[in-house]
Amino acid sequence: MSLDIKKTYKLFIAGAFPRSESGRSYEIRDKKGNFIANPAQASRKDLRDAVLAARNAHSSWSSATAYNRGQILYRIAEIMEGRSEQFVAEIMAMESVSSKQAQVQVRQAIDTWVWYAGWSDKISTIAGSTNPVAGSFFNFTVAEPLGVVGIVAEEKSSLLGVVLGLAPVLAAGNCAVLLASQRRPLSAITLAECLATSDVPAGVVNILTGLSDELTPHLASHMEIDGLDLSGVDSKSAAALRISSVDNLKRVHSFSAEKSPERILSFMEYKTLWHPIGV
Amino acid sequence: MSALNLIDGSETSLRRFLQTLPGVDQIGAQERAAMLGTRSIKTTSKKWAIDMAISMIDLTTLEGADTAGKIRSLCSKALRPDPQDASVPHVGAVCVYNDMVGIARKHLDSIGGQSIPVAAVATAFPSGRASRKVKLQDTKDAISLGATEIDMVIDRGAFLSGQLGEVFDEIRAIKEICSDKAHLKVILETGELVTLDNVRKASYLAMLAGADFIKTSTGKVTPAATAPVVLVMLEAVRDFFELSQIRIGVKPAGGIRTTKDAIKQLVLVKEIAGAEWLNPELFRIGASALLNDLLLQRMKLSTGRYSSANYVTVD
Repeated sequence: MSLDIKKTYKLFIAGAFPRSESGRSYEIRDKKGNFIANPAQASRKDLRDAVLAARNAHSSWSSATAYNRGQILYRIAEIMEGRSEQFVAEIMAMESVSSKQAQVQVRQAIDTWVWYAGWSDKISTIAGSTNPVAGSFFNFTVAEPLGVVGIVAEEKSSLLGVVLGLAPVLAAGNCAVLLASQRRPLSAITLAECLATSDVPAGVVNILTGLSDELTPHLASHMEIDGLDLSGVDSKSAAALRISSVDNLKRVHSFSAEKSPERILSFMEYKTLWHPIGV
Repeated sequence: MSALNLIDGSETSLRRFLQTLPGVDQIGAQERAAMLGTRSIKTTSKKWAIDMAISMIDLTTLEGADTAGKIRSLCSKALRPDPQDASVPHVGAVCVYNDMVGIARKHLDSIGGQSIPVAAVATAFPSGRASRKVKLQDTKDAISLGATEIDMVIDRGAFLSGQLGEVFDEIRAIKEICSDKAHLKVILETGELVTLDNVRKASYLAMLAGADFIKTSTGKVTPAATAPVVLVMLEAVRDFFELSQIRIGVKPAGGIRTTKDAIKQLVLVKEIAGAEWLNPELFRIGASALLNDLLLQRMKLSTGRYSSANYVTVD
């Protein structure tokens, strides 16, 4: 007789997998009420630590070459490929879908990484421009990463939602603090285990599991967060979060569940440079 | 007083006295310091602790690359740590190299910071490797430029090789120059003293020789102000008060960068030395980056939202 060894789903902060500093966890169950797992219930202090880790990681991640970032995104896809069975099993448990549907979702999630990996070193060429000006200057506009982006992952397709949130943010050169779906958080943590082994520097992605109502207000009001992806928040709660995010002029967006280069540009900002000619 | 009467400044009497000091239980000190570090300080107590810590900071810049401009901006920050919030207290002192004392004093006076003392590091800081003559002159220079606090380093080489009289005499000589014009802080550089027993001995040696403050470190050596070291030094000043009825101050310096670190220090002070030491006259924290973190935590308490390093100065 062999004994089942259950996995402890923990947070992902600064490249490590800590439990919540509060020591809390909560239960998740499937549609029929069967127990699935006890993920960590992050507190606002875990959120604070995650944001700090993201900020500290930002200077090196944003200054890595776009090519290098693209290679790392490919690498995530490679590592996920080897874990697909685990992803499928978790999606089936959480979403009560068939194995076929789960496999399709995992396939799409892996493809999403590859798709955005390709965009990584092309986006700034497409979004940037050389501007004609009346004077002896070169005038360039370049898209640069925003900084730290908070993401509330869309939960309908729990793995795909997480990847659709993370990939464009990373491709742009931002660091992310992602709040996984409250009901369906397991894929996000398993994805974190892939990220930890795929050359993504510590702190570039931080993933929290917990209660949405407890954490999102702090995500919105945190002055160190520069952009917010509220795809996983219903429109009523989003209105309140938008209000508390104005203090530091966060870019707040909400996306439909599709791939798009616009998602990358949503978390970039344009810098215009004047360069004298003939100096 | 009886124990102190035994000391006439001679090496033999010093050695005899220091030998009567009990050894430090190293594991016990570490455990107690760690235990006190787990205490949770919240809401109003935290607000009080943050303001107390700010008023205890010796805001320090000791870089080869220091410029007059940097010293002036440091002084402005010392007086008004948060330009947007006048309720933030000013820091305890500004701590600079000898040749920057004049600039700091002049700028503080011109912006209304007369009450903020300027501390100078002296005696061939940070190594302490120079002749006695140079060390004395170093101190005289600082005082003549307006320093009212002198942070001297002890000769660790002499201490470790057992020349206690040498160390004692040197502190005495510097104290004589300071007389009533400047407070004397004696830096033990605990990171180079190897054992906690040595920290205790050096603390007593400095106090017997006339230190007004004993300070852990220069900030140039790691480890610096670790909790067990501060604990041993706080015990020393507490016990010295029993012997002499004189209260000596303590200044941890080096490695205290976060509000949490600073509050741990305050808990140590209260629990080991007593509430009398919770006062900038008797406890200072040598730091530079710490002030920004205290300000960020203060903003968090007053606004309810986490702040960002974008809202404090870049030093």
